[in-house]
Amino acid sequence: MKQKNWRESASGLVAPVVIVALWQLSATLGLVNPLVLPSPWAVVLKWIEYALPLTAFDPAAGSWLAWAVSGELLKDTLGSMYRVVVGFLVGAGLALPLGLLMGASQVVYAWLNPLMQLLRPIPPIAYIPLAILWFGLGNAPAVFLIALGAFFPVLMNTIAGVRQVDGIYIRAARNLGASRSTMFLRVMLPAAVPYILSGVRIGIGTAFIVVIVSEMIAVNNGLGFRILEAREYFWSDKIVAGMISIGLLGLGIDIAMNKLNNHLLRWHRGLES
Amino acid sequence: MSTSHIDIKGVGKVFAAGGREVVALKDIELHIPNGQFVCLLGPSGCGKSTLLNAVAGFALPSSGTITAHGKLVTAPGPERGMVFQEYALFPWMTVEKNVAFGLEIKGATAPEIERIVARLLDTLGLAEFRQRFPKDLSGGMRQRVAIARVLAMDSPIMLMDEPFGALDALTRRNLQDELLRIWAELKKTIIFVTHSIEEAIYLADRIVVMTYRPGTVKRDLMVELPRLRDPASPEFNALKRELGALVMEEQQRHHHDEMRSAAID
Repeated sequence: MKQKNWRESASGLVAPVVIVALWQLSATLGLVNPLVLPSPWAVVLKWIEYALPLTAFDPAAGSWLAWAVSGELLKDTLGSMYRVVVGFLVGAGLALPLGLLMGASQVVYAWLNPLMQLLRPIPPIAYIPLAILWFGLGNAPAVFLIALGAFFPVLMNTIAGVRQVDGIYIRAARNLGASRSTMFLRVMLPAAVPYILSGVRIGIGTAFIVVIVSEMIAVNNGLGFRILEAREYFWSDKIVAGMISIGLLGLGIDIAMNKLNNHLLRWHRGLES
Repeated sequence: MSTSHIDIKGVGKVFAAGGREVVALKDIELHIPNGQFVCLLGPSGCGKSTLLNAVAGFALPSSGTITAHGKLVTAPGPERGMVFQEYALFPWMTVEKNVAFGLEIKGATAPEIERIVARLLDTLGLAEFRQRFPKDLSGGMRQRVAIARVLAMDSPIMLMDEPFGALDALTRRNLQDELLRIWAELKKTIIFVTHSIEEAIYLADRIVVMTYRPGTVKRDLMVELPRLRDPASPEFNALKRELGALVMEEQQRHHHDEMRSAAID
């Protein structure tokens, strides 16, 4: 089993290694202008520089730890993460109760569904002018846009999740004497969790796209801001280093989400391996 | 108070199906005394599950009344515990949580719940599976959990809707014996729906054979054979032949009806 895993991960490395090698080769041979496409090695050096503290360690300025984490990359990553987390919590936090309500009540559904169907296809990006008018610049419009991006996937999947709950569970719970609130919290909600989680996953993906865009417009830190700033100075190596950081952060979030999924759905048939 | 535990008086049930009215139950009259093990027997479509659902309170009759414990049945309730053919365990709860669920609803204290759950899991041979999720159990084990879940409520009445229908023959016999043991020990009143003649004879004090549309009582007889019954004995087989003929008549009517409605469509 272990052996096979190793082999699989090794075969997954072949394509990236080949691409990077070709890339490096064409850079070394001078086939491309380094301003348009920097060599991988230049990107690595830039990435390290980006990750390290800007100034030399000065004991007078503060603790060693504060210095160690003062690099630009870390600050940008934390800035982007902060916006994703807050925006996602706001968006999903509104979508989840509303979705449960709309899924459980035909009346609420009839009242709100047409409105939601109209608003849903409008991409969050289209709200940028309004977001700036309403919230000015800074974190507020970014959080607003991210919340919008996370809201609809979570809402739609929560509604679907509640509506598909198998009637047999409801009958069994009624037979055991479940009250309305017990039915909702301990039967309908957990039964809807697989749907809700897939909505959460899509929502986080959208939030991640929107954070980069909103940082290019409304704030002056974060990974999205940094790659746009690098373009102004023709630092193409920094652009690529920033993009790779975005990729790594996205991968990290996805792995964490996967772990959470597997834990929350350990009862679910679909996960039998 | 009368001596009967469940009184089904003049019960009828009419469905609307595809613009036509279907009389699923008509004038059902059954009085079931305390502690009796009753099997409702008949082909599919004879309304036996409809009758059970009416007693459970899931689908109330169109006419007539059902009383349990002298109280009119108007809704489902834990004093009439139901075991479903599809098990209906909550897949997101472990075995012990499934069994504890009804007790938690009732507001039992934690030590009390622990005591009852541990005893039931022990009785049903589930002790080592208590932390498992239903998906990791076989069909027979799942149905044991479903039985434990109902027993935890201490329901005086157990309603069982073809509970062993999806199990293989050996597991089925195993669970039948277990059920008989539990029934003898706890003195439950059981209404058990089945289409297996052998299962009905093996289990029941009393067998109610139902007719196909409208569902009425075709035959209501007591099984006088001593338990545990031997399916190979001549008495068992004589009864099996007798009931087989009755059920087959209804099965034929079911068949003709299907052919006719196919011809109409």
